[in-house]
Amino acid sequence: MGYKYAVGHEVHRFDTLAVLMAKATPRRSGDELAGVAAADPEERAAAQLALADLPLKTFLDEPLVPYESDEVTRLILDSHDRDAFAPIAHLTVGDFRDLLLTDDVDGAVLAALAPGLTPEMAAAVSKISRNQDLVLVAQKAEVVTRFRNTIGLKGRFSTRLQPNHPTDDPNGIAAVILDGLMYGSGDAVIGINPVSDSIPAVMTLLKMLDDVIQTYAIPTQGCILSHVTTSLECIERGAPVDLTFQSIGGTEGTNRSFGVTLSILQEAMEATRSLKRGTVGDNVMYFETGQGSALSAGAHHGVDQQTLEARAYGVARAFSPLLVNTVVGFIGPEYLYDGRQILRAGLEDHFCGKLLGLPMGCDICYTNHADADQNDMDTLLTMLAVAGVTYIMGIPGSDDVMLNYQTTSFHDALYARRVLGRQPAPEFAAWLEKTGLFDGETLTRRASPSGPFQAVLEAAR
Amino acid sequence: MSGSDPKSALPAAVVPDRWEALRELTPARIALGHTGVSLPTKHHLAFQMAHARAAKAVHEALDPDAFAALLAARGWPAIALSSAVADRTEYLTRPDRGRRLSDASRTALSAVVSAEAPQLAFVVVDGLSRAAIESHALPFLDAAMPMAAEAGWTVGPIAVVRNGRVAVGDEVGEVLAATITVVLIGERPGLSSPDSLGVYLTHGAKVGTTDEARNCISNVRGAGLPPADAAAKLFWLLKESFGRGFSGVALKDDAPVSQAIDGGGQNFLTGR
Repeated sequence: MGYKYAVGHEVHRFDTLAVLMAKATPRRSGDELAGVAAADPEERAAAQLALADLPLKTFLDEPLVPYESDEVTRLILDSHDRDAFAPIAHLTVGDFRDLLLTDDVDGAVLAALAPGLTPEMAAAVSKISRNQDLVLVAQKAEVVTRFRNTIGLKGRFSTRLQPNHPTDDPNGIAAVILDGLMYGSGDAVIGINPVSDSIPAVMTLLKMLDDVIQTYAIPTQGCILSHVTTSLECIERGAPVDLTFQSIGGTEGTNRSFGVTLSILQEAMEATRSLKRGTVGDNVMYFETGQGSALSAGAHHGVDQQTLEARAYGVARAFSPLLVNTVVGFIGPEYLYDGRQILRAGLEDHFCGKLLGLPMGCDICYTNHADADQNDMDTLLTMLAVAGVTYIMGIPGSDDVMLNYQTTSFHDALYARRVLGRQPAPEFAAWLEKTGLFDGETLTRRASPSGPFQAVLEAAR
Repeated sequence: MSGSDPKSALPAAVVPDRWEALRELTPARIALGHTGVSLPTKHHLAFQMAHARAAKAVHEALDPDAFAALLAARGWPAIALSSAVADRTEYLTRPDRGRRLSDASRTALSAVVSAEAPQLAFVVVDGLSRAAIESHALPFLDAAMPMAAEAGWTVGPIAVVRNGRVAVGDEVGEVLAATITVVLIGERPGLSSPDSLGVYLTHGAKVGTTDEARNCISNVRGAGLPPADAAAKLFWLLKESFGRGFSGVALKDDAPVSQAIDGGGQNFLTGR
């Protein structure tokens, strides 16, 4: 069965739903690499017009990736909530965009719709939305998660403190943690990308993070972003694991290339929860995603990268994560060529994640082989902050000296908080004030902090 | 700003951080200070320069013949190859071609296959940092090759590939029928680390192998993991991989932690 759209005498034909979705996608290098992109802007516009006429329920009847051979498709369709879908079951993709933009649809309506939406529906409506639509709709959503603090409340803007070090040296990592805390970073998580997946090294870092959080009674959580099976082994050996991390993708084959299955993720969630280390909630999973991973793994099934990215959120939401973020510009120019494509993808990912009910953050980033710079990141940061992004990364001076890419700095987060009047998670904001680091009223950093950090700062002089 | 005398000097804008001494502990850009909530001019412009230099370095490809000659001079058989990529611009947008050898290179490699398949194949690939190969590949091999010899492992001709991705090693390993393929590749250059080398170990590599089948040692460079230490780490992984008959996420790195990483002493932040 095919789809078509006529412009005057010219008829544009799209053989399958996957072809229609791919050709309706705003331009990006990864879809061109996969050979699924529209040939030119006119074909893209025709595909978007045809997609707008498509009934949303089509996505329940025509899986883009086969149900029989893909456990992600089975998860999405088997867990689809028909009752939640009922209010929009009669709509086309275009009608759905129109509805989302009305004032009748607020955060509560979005939350009620979320279980009735499949990732493919979210992806479809994003494809026919402008950047400002992606901002306007996403900022209505409120997705709240909890572990040792409360993340995602309206008016809040959180950060992951990312204290990576090229050799995992605990003192070098601690120096960056201190720098970040002084700049008010770290309420989403203090999360380290370890150089190696070595179990003893990861155990050492887990212990150190736990020591820091306990010593200064910081209302936040720690995470070592090692492979899920390494985290499981560390839990087995008695390590203090707050959150279990994993990179995930939108097809079974992509996840296999990451060395995971849905059952491994389930096992990890249960094992981490069994430690009962959360004080205000038990959202224990931390997922990272990014457009292009499925093509990179040779597991894209001819589906465009943005739709597959949304399907990764379908995986994430089955495990009630504390945090999810798209690492939007990390994968490189083969998938998102320049600042313009990274901007678009970052807004789409955040929109789709929020629509599907996820605590969506974004690693606003680029590599040195992409045609992008700090100004591009400022644009994406500002638009995402307006869109209510749950959290961003925090790195000293934007330079990750371990992963070799540029992401948002501690200063960048303060900029977003300042221009939009946003605060960190409430428990963390109270801690920043109590420890004398920040003045809560004015969001100002105090030049000479009193309190528990005085001794260590004196010693560092 | 609200002072009544317009000629009175404004206060200094930049507020320095008091913990600059901690920069000894990390190459990260800590203790930058701030003006308002923003980055002081000095650090903002230093970043611009670092980015300009890193972006420029990406576009320099390796001369595989010259590098193969250096290897041959050490008595190690080597062969210069090229991926299926035409030029550097195509390298950035066509990873599929960067993962395959050119037809000519595949033919050339097939011509040097020996009757007895090697246990170990090293593949040197420029990736995104020619500087990483030029600075660290030889020191790494100087440490790794004697270890391989001592362990009695047979080593195939070292392939040097221009404009290649990690997975180009799979084709080399497949053609040579090597048991384990070790790829040395220039990692994406960071602002502070333009010459970082990555080392990937794959057991039974063949075209189409995916990343979960690999073990990786990253950040191999003077200021990261020194090449000799990385070679020792590789040696540990090789022994495990030969012993167990596989590589990848199922092969956990359980080697003892070095004193440096174990902290050895007290952590300044926690006192523990």
